[in-house]
Amino acid sequence: MIQDLVVTMLFIAYAIAVLLVFGTVLTWVERKQAAIMSDRIGANRAYVRIPFTQIRLVWLGLFHGLADGLKMMLKEDFKPDSYDRFAYAIAPWVVFTPVLLVFAVIPFGGTLVPGRLFDALPVVASWFGDRTYPLQIARLDAGLLVVFAFGGLTIIGAMLAGWSSSNKFSMLGALRAGSQMISYELVMGLTVLGLIVVYGSVDLGSIARQQSGVVLGWLPAWGIVYQPFAAILFMTAAIAENKRIPFDLPEAESELIAGYYTEYSAMKMGLFMFAEFIEIAIIGALFTTLFLGGYNLPFMNDAGFVLPGGHVVALGHGTVLVIQMVAFLLKVLLVCSFQILVRWSLPRFRYDQLLAFAWKFMFPLALANLTLTVVAVWVLRAG
Amino acid sequence: MTWWERAYLFEIVRGLTITGGVFMKNMWRWMTLRKGALTTYYPEETRADYAPRNRGKHVLTQRVDGRPQCIACNLCATICPAKVIEIEAAFDPEDPAHPKYPARFEIDYSRCIFCGLCVEACPEDAIRMVKEVPDLPTRDRGSLWLSRAELLTWNPQSDVAKPYAARPTRAPE
Repeated sequence: MIQDLVVTMLFIAYAIAVLLVFGTVLTWVERKQAAIMSDRIGANRAYVRIPFTQIRLVWLGLFHGLADGLKMMLKEDFKPDSYDRFAYAIAPWVVFTPVLLVFAVIPFGGTLVPGRLFDALPVVASWFGDRTYPLQIARLDAGLLVVFAFGGLTIIGAMLAGWSSSNKFSMLGALRAGSQMISYELVMGLTVLGLIVVYGSVDLGSIARQQSGVVLGWLPAWGIVYQPFAAILFMTAAIAENKRIPFDLPEAESELIAGYYTEYSAMKMGLFMFAEFIEIAIIGALFTTLFLGGYNLPFMNDAGFVLPGGHVVALGHGTVLVIQMVAFLLKVLLVCSFQILVRWSLPRFRYDQLLAFAWKFMFPLALANLTLTVVAVWVLRAG
Repeated sequence: MTWWERAYLFEIVRGLTITGGVFMKNMWRWMTLRKGALTTYYPEETRADYAPRNRGKHVLTQRVDGRPQCIACNLCATICPAKVIEIEAAFDPEDPAHPKYPARFEIDYSRCIFCGLCVEACPEDAIRMVKEVPDLPTRDRGSLWLSRAELLTWNPQSDVAKPYAARPTRAPE
């Protein structure tokens, strides 16, 4: 029992570390990628000087994230003359916490077998016995439903923030955020439903495991192969959920200053920004798990690589685990980078176009995709 | 919109290909240790492509013996819209043709607007603007005041307007 506790605590520490690092590094990636896309150099002036020397570490501007965080903490914590101080104070946390919690159900690697990992240390190996741990904090049967439940919570945070700020811009931003997020949440749920029909499970661990195989002899059995159309719809809806360009109407700076967090300053505002960046990573992790095979590399299983020609490369348990975890992180980073590419390429929608796009364009398409998937699965299972 | 544009996806993919292509091109340049950006690192890197007529930093021209051409008439200081030029005139009994000379000639670059009116006002061709920009970035305002000695450092080997001595024959006051 105590072994389970130790391993779960390790997983939680890993998850929190990964999310916080992603949140910080993505601010840098966003700056640099945007700069390189537009023929610029990007932020490169912040430095850390080694004490008592004149050695300045610039590291390609990585410390700008640090400078941002410091600025956020040292700024004045402005409080508007609001009628609901409590709602105003907890709104950033209501946005931030669920975003962190979503990662609990996402598998970030294969199955850990401590007994095999600690071959050289019989004491540790025998302490763990023959227990196995899938690299996933919470192995819930309702995995995907938990994701959507927590995703829905962030709407409440945005609405609370806008409502309690006593500012018309915040109010308008909150209204926009509410209607937009509910609309796109629906589309997102419908697109994922097709995937649930294909895999017959809402447990993300099971979905990831089922993607380790091969279809048609050489294609990796990833979700994007089964449901390419759903992948596009999911990505679009996810970016809209995160309120990023081209769907950033709730915080459109040229219309609403900063939307529902106009009245927030210092670290409270930082929490909103941080939640947005972590949500980029969460969307990356979800998209990876659902459509890009999760931690699986093509032709790889828990024992090593099985290449199409029948060639087998056997690998140790530890090596396989490390490869899977690194593969997962790299895929997540790629998806994040794609989101940043979208954010710096597309112009913003008009608000009526935004809702029309959700209800008259994506919603029917998602329904059609679901219908086709159900019919196809029914025909294939029957025949 | 045609149906092709109304489907969003194709045009969006086209747009992403363009921006992604630029990213890849610039990234490849950075990774092969070349510069993948149009911007310059400003204080460290000076542009080589200033136009010959660019109004950059001011210089005071010199007489053959190295003294400033300036006769301290104050026309430049008068016309200057930003009032950045300060001149303190002095008397030189040894040169009867040009008895007045500037003992102090200072330009405050923190306020200069680089309009070039001082150059146009000068009757003696004593102040000019060269194409190179002054080395302005600094941490204190005091160093933005350029003194006479700093303005007199310009000493070209050949000049269209008048001859220059290779070396000043008489040290400036």
